[in-house]
Amino acid sequence: MSKFLQSRLGAWTGFAAAAIGLFAVAPLIMSGFRLGLFAQFICYAIVAVGIGLAWGRGGMLTLGQGVYFGMGAYLMAMHLKMADAEFRNGPGAVPDFMELAGVRELPAYWVPFASPAFTVAAILVLPTAVAVLLGLAVFKRRVKGAYFAILSQALAGAFAIFLIGQQTLGGFNGLSYFRYFFGFAINDPVNQQMLYFIAAGVLLAVVAVSLQLRRSRYGELLVAVRDSEERVRFLGYDSANIKVVAYAVAALFASVAGALFVPVVGIISPASIGIVPSIMFILGVAIGGRGTLLGPVIGALAVAWAQTTLSEQFPSAWTYAQGLLFVVVIALLPGGISSIPALARRIRVKNRPEPVEATA
Amino acid sequence: MNDIALTCKNIEVDFEGFKAVGGVDLELRRGEVHFLIGPNGAGKTTLVDAVTGLVGYTGSVLKDGEELRGKKVHHIARKGIGRTFQTATVFENLTVAQNLDIAAGSGRGPWSLLRRRRALPAAVTDTMERIGLADHADTLAGILAHGQKQWLEIGMLLVGDADVLLLDEPIAGMGHDERETTGRLLHDIAAERAVAVVEHDMDFMRANASRVTVLHGGTILAAGSVDEVSADPKVQEVYLGTSDHKEAADAAAA
Ligand SMILES: Nc1ncnc2c1ncn2[C@@H]1O[C@H](COP(=O)(O)OP(=O)(O)OP(=O)(O)O)[C@@H](O)[C@H]1O
Ligand SMILES: [Mg+2]
Repeated sequence: MSKFLQSRLGAWTGFAAAAIGLFAVAPLIMSGFRLGLFAQFICYAIVAVGIGLAWGRGGMLTLGQGVYFGMGAYLMAMHLKMADAEFRNGPGAVPDFMELAGVRELPAYWVPFASPAFTVAAILVLPTAVAVLLGLAVFKRRVKGAYFAILSQALAGAFAIFLIGQQTLGGFNGLSYFRYFFGFAINDPVNQQMLYFIAAGVLLAVVAVSLQLRRSRYGELLVAVRDSEERVRFLGYDSANIKVVAYAVAALFASVAGALFVPVVGIISPASIGIVPSIMFILGVAIGGRGTLLGPVIGALAVAWAQTTLSEQFPSAWTYAQGLLFVVVIALLPGGISSIPALARRIRVKNRPEPVEATA
Repeated sequence: MNDIALTCKNIEVDFEGFKAVGGVDLELRRGEVHFLIGPNGAGKTTLVDAVTGLVGYTGSVLKDGEELRGKKVHHIARKGIGRTFQTATVFENLTVAQNLDIAAGSGRGPWSLLRRRRALPAAVTDTMERIGLADHADTLAGILAHGQKQWLEIGMLLVGDADVLLLDEPIAGMGHDERETTGRLLHDIAAERAVAVVEHDMDFMRANASRVTVLHGGTILAAGSVDEVSADPKVQEVYLGTSDHKEAADAAAA
C-alpha cells in the first residue's frame, strides 16, 4: 500500500480522490456556513503544508509563520478596502475605517493596492522576498535550532505589535467589512462557494508543489541538511541557500493562505497573526506529523476544528489544552498521528517474527 | 605520479590563547597515503579543521598553487578537498544511493535539483562497487554497520571528485578484516589522489603509510618514511610514554 502511494499512479489517484472529496462531496454534505468554516480551516492547512516542508523536511522550526500569513492577509485586505471605497465614492476614495478616524487623504502606500494585479503580485512576491532576505541573514550566520525558533517567534510578536500601532492599517481592530472580492459580492452564497473552491484548489496545488519538492533531488538534499548540515557543507554545498528555498516556499504558502483567509473570514487583525496563532499553525503540523506529506494538512484541519468547537464551549481551557497537546505530541509521538500506522506495524512485526513481505 | 597536491605552510591555530596547532608545514602528494599520527590532543583534527575552513588559522594552504585560506567551507570542498569526521557522518535517513547522489551533485543547477532523479549516475554505481556497498543501494545509511558507514563517507568524497582526501580515524571501531579492506581501498584511491589519514592504530599505519608525520602538542615532532619515524628517539619517547596506555586500550577494544 505504501509503495503504491509513493508511485506516480498512486499520487494521481490520491489527488483525484482528494479533488472529488473537496470539490464534489464537501459542497454536497456541508451547509454554506460549514463550507465557509471549512474554507477557513483549509487556509490553515495551506500554511501547514509550508511548515511541513520547512520544519518536517528542513528542520527549521518556523514558530513565526504568522508574519507571512499576516503579510498576505493585510495585502489582500488593503486591496479589498480600496475596491470597496472606489465602488462607493469613486477612484482614490478613502476606505471607510479611515474616514471614521478622520483621515481625509489616502496614505501613499495604499495607492497601488487599487490595482488587483499589483495586489496579487505583491502577495506572491513581497513575503517571499522578505523570507529570502531574512533567511539569508539568519542561515548564513548559522543561526539554527532553538535560536532560530525563538527568533522567528519574536518576529511574529513584533509584527503583531507593529500592526496594532498602525492606524492606517486599522490598528488593534484590523481590517474588516469587505463587500467585493475582485468584483464579486462576498455575501452572495454562490461566491462564497467559489471562495471555498479557490481555497481547495490552492490546497491541492501547494500539496502538489510540496510533493514534487520532496521527491526531487532538492528534497533529498533538504533532508541531508536537516540531518547533518556540516556534512553537506563539506561536500561543497552552501547549506544556507538550500534552507532559504524551503523557508521562502513556506512563506509563500503562508502568504497565499493569508490572502485567501481575508475574503473567506471577512476580517484580519493583529490577533490572527501574532504568537498564539503562529503556535497554532505549528501545533497542527506537529500533531498531524511533520515528516509526512499529508500529516500537516490533517493536523491543521483537526486542530482548527477542535479550536472552533472547544473554544466556544470552554474558551479559556482551550489555550491550556493547546499547550498540553503540543508537549504531549512532541514528547510521546514526535512523528504525529501519521506515524501511528508505521508504529503499529512495527509493534505487530515485533510480536510476529516472520513478517509477510508479499503484500508490501 | 608524485606531484604535490596540497601544501600547508606554517599553520597556526589559536583557541583564545591556546595554540592547538603551532606552526605546521605539510605537503600531501598524489599517489601517497600520508599518515598523521600523534597522541590525543596533538592537534591532528584541528589541522584538518583548519585546512577545510572550519577554524580560522594563520599561515597558508595551497591547493595546486591556489591559496585556500579565507575561503568558505563549501568553496574549499569544491576545490577538491574532501574530509571525513572522527565519527562517521552520513545522512542516516537517506539510502546509500541517495547519500552518494548528493555527494556527486554539488555542481548541479537548480533545474536538475528540482526534478526527480531518474537513474543513478554512473559515478554513483561505480563508487558503490568500489566501497563494497553495491548490494546496499537502497539501504538506509543509518542502519549500516559502523565500518560500512565509514566506507560510505569515503565513497561520498570519491564520487564528489575530491582529489585531496583528509580522513580522520577511518578505521576506528573496525574489525580485522574491515581494516584490511580499508587499507586496500586507501591505496586504490591514492593512485590518483593525495590521501592523508589521521590514525592511532600503529599496525595499520605501518602496513599502509607511504609517509608519516608525527604531531605532538601542535607541532611536528618528526616526518619521513615509516622506518625513519619509528627510529626517531623523540617519537619513541612520546610513544613509549603512552604505549602502555595505548596497548591497554587496544586490548580493551579487541
Ligand atoms: N574548539 C576548540 N576550542 C578550544 N580548544 C580546542 C577546540 N578544539 C580542540 N581544542 C583543543 O585543541 C587540542 C587539539 O585537539 P585535536 O582535536 O586537534 O586533537 P587530536 O590530535 O585530533 O586528538 P585525538 O587523537 O584525541 O582526536 C586539544 O587540546 C583540544 O582540547
Ligand atoms: Mg582528533
